[in-house]
Amino acid sequence: MNDLTEIRWHGRAGQGLVTAAKLLGETALGTGQYFQAFPDYGPERMGAPIRAYTRLSLSPINIHSQVHHPNVVLVLDPTLLGVVDVTEGLAEGGAVLVNTDKTAPEMRRVLGLEERDVRVYTVDASAIAMDTLGREITNTPMLGAFARATGLFPLDKIIDDVRSSFGKKLRPEIVEANVEAVRRAYAQVQQG
Amino acid sequence: MSDFRALDGNQAVAEAMRQINPDVVAAYPITPQTEAVQVFSQFVADGEVDTEFVTVESEHSAMSACVGAGAAGARVMTCTSSAGLALMWEITYIAASMRLPMVMMVANRALSGPINIHCDHADSMGTRDNGWIQIYSENPQEAYDNMIQAVRIAEHADVTLPVMVMQDGFITSHSVERVEVFDDAAVSGFVGPYAANFQLLGASRPLTFGALDFYDYYFEHKRQQVEAFSHATEAVLEVAADFNCRFGRDYGLFQAYRLDDAEVAVVVLSSTAGTAKVVVDDLRAQGIRAGLLKPRVFRPFPAAEIVRALSHVKAIAVMDRSTSFGSMMGAGPLFLETAAAFHVLGRAPQIPMVGYVFGLGGRDISPPDLEGVYHDLLAVADSGDVGDPVRYLGVRG
Repeated sequence: MNDLTEIRWHGRAGQGLVTAAKLLGETALGTGQYFQAFPDYGPERMGAPIRAYTRLSLSPINIHSQVHHPNVVLVLDPTLLGVVDVTEGLAEGGAVLVNTDKTAPEMRRVLGLEERDVRVYTVDASAIAMDTLGREITNTPMLGAFARATGLFPLDKIIDDVRSSFGKKLRPEIVEANVEAVRRAYAQVQQG
Repeated sequence: MSDFRALDGNQAVAEAMRQINPDVVAAYPITPQTEAVQVFSQFVADGEVDTEFVTVESEHSAMSACVGAGAAGARVMTCTSSAGLALMWEITYIAASMRLPMVMMVANRALSGPINIHCDHADSMGTRDNGWIQIYSENPQEAYDNMIQAVRIAEHADVTLPVMVMQDGFITSHSVERVEVFDDAAVSGFVGPYAANFQLLGASRPLTFGALDFYDYYFEHKRQQVEAFSHATEAVLEVAADFNCRFGRDYGLFQAYRLDDAEVAVVVLSSTAGTAKVVVDDLRAQGIRAGLLKPRVFRPFPAAEIVRALSHVKAIAVMDRSTSFGSMMGAGPLFLETAAAFHVLGRAPQIPMVGYVFGLGGRDISPPDLEGVYHDLLAVADSGDVGDPVRYLGVRG
């Protein structure tokens, strides 16, 4: 179980958080890995802060408790900063990836992580989403950024899975707009 | 032969139902079970199954429709949770008493009040005396596998009883995991066709169902149900043996995990057993001989087999995700049943046993919580003193 990666997603209900957590699971499936993807359900309304989780491992995952010490935290909505403690329980040596127009060093200060052995990544997923999708749905660009920041999956694999998963439900031009969002976010991730 | 897919526990159950292709499904939505029936109803709408899907106005009606269809000789399935099962209660008793071999998935959820949608086992444990076989699943894969086996167990000629297949609400019903889905033909070949022994609609052989039955014969009919359960243990093992052979699994009445040389052992159902396996591995790496027994079948309760499997350990913890209000020291049903089994069937002196009630209303149970239980057991084994025999784990105040 030493290779277990535990990921916590922060966002607001309606931003595609659970879809992204599950899509990452499907990506893991395609590479022969074991995974879990599960939401943290409460009395959600559109716009309320929510969390979801993904676990990834090369061996079967037996644990079924909540994720208390994530290795990776993704923040899909920058307005959650200061509202939700997004770094709660973050494991030493872990990583935070935030959708923001701030630089990575600025974000490290905002999150109070100056003294921590934690990597901080930023990407302006909202701007990318507005530009490619015309709506602030940040889940797919954050998947692209995740692939770059963690190196866990190649970009092509994420793109294949966005195409196969979204292709069942969405029009081809929307699917391709999502693919473009993934590509741009992958290219634009900053580390600080 | 099979295909690995990303499915949550509800989707995995719906997939099993598609492959089983029952004659009738009657169901009513309730969180966290809803998705299983919703996905299955899409299979019905898409013509992927031949099932007559009966939409009803309540769970009481859902179970009533299942009883009617079952009595007519149909292969019947449904799903529910929590208050839905509570509303079915009256009719679940009738389904069992009429010896109708239907299968129901229960995504375990706490009962109100206060209102809570998260996992505990109060719902299914509340129906443990209703005459249904009860099978608990650790993860989506087991929920899928157990649904398929449940059909054969329910319809077994020596049994003919309804079966509930449990999984932990949200924790596994909504957790997308890697699930091995077998070929449709392999599943339908395993399940086989269903020919009911007795049919309400069999005009050549008129029968009465649900007749009055007073002090003249009622007691004998109840005794027959008890007898059916005495055959159910064998039937569960027989069906598991065939399933294991065809699909490469290792099902039995329970799963023993690193138990053979264990000094201390935890007994716990469903998803928590998975977390306990991680803790057992960690403790073993530290040289602590920890083990686990995960009951799969709670009804019939495999008392003699559990006593035998645990007879060598020095201390036992039995963990319940439900309680029984007003029971001895507020203990849960799994502890009470296990303690009774050891009292009647176990050796003297008795092995020290501690009951833990945990996780009510979805309260998380973490690896450190379970490590604490094993360390408690080591202290009990060391001193021989049980201390407080029933403990509430992870509750404030």
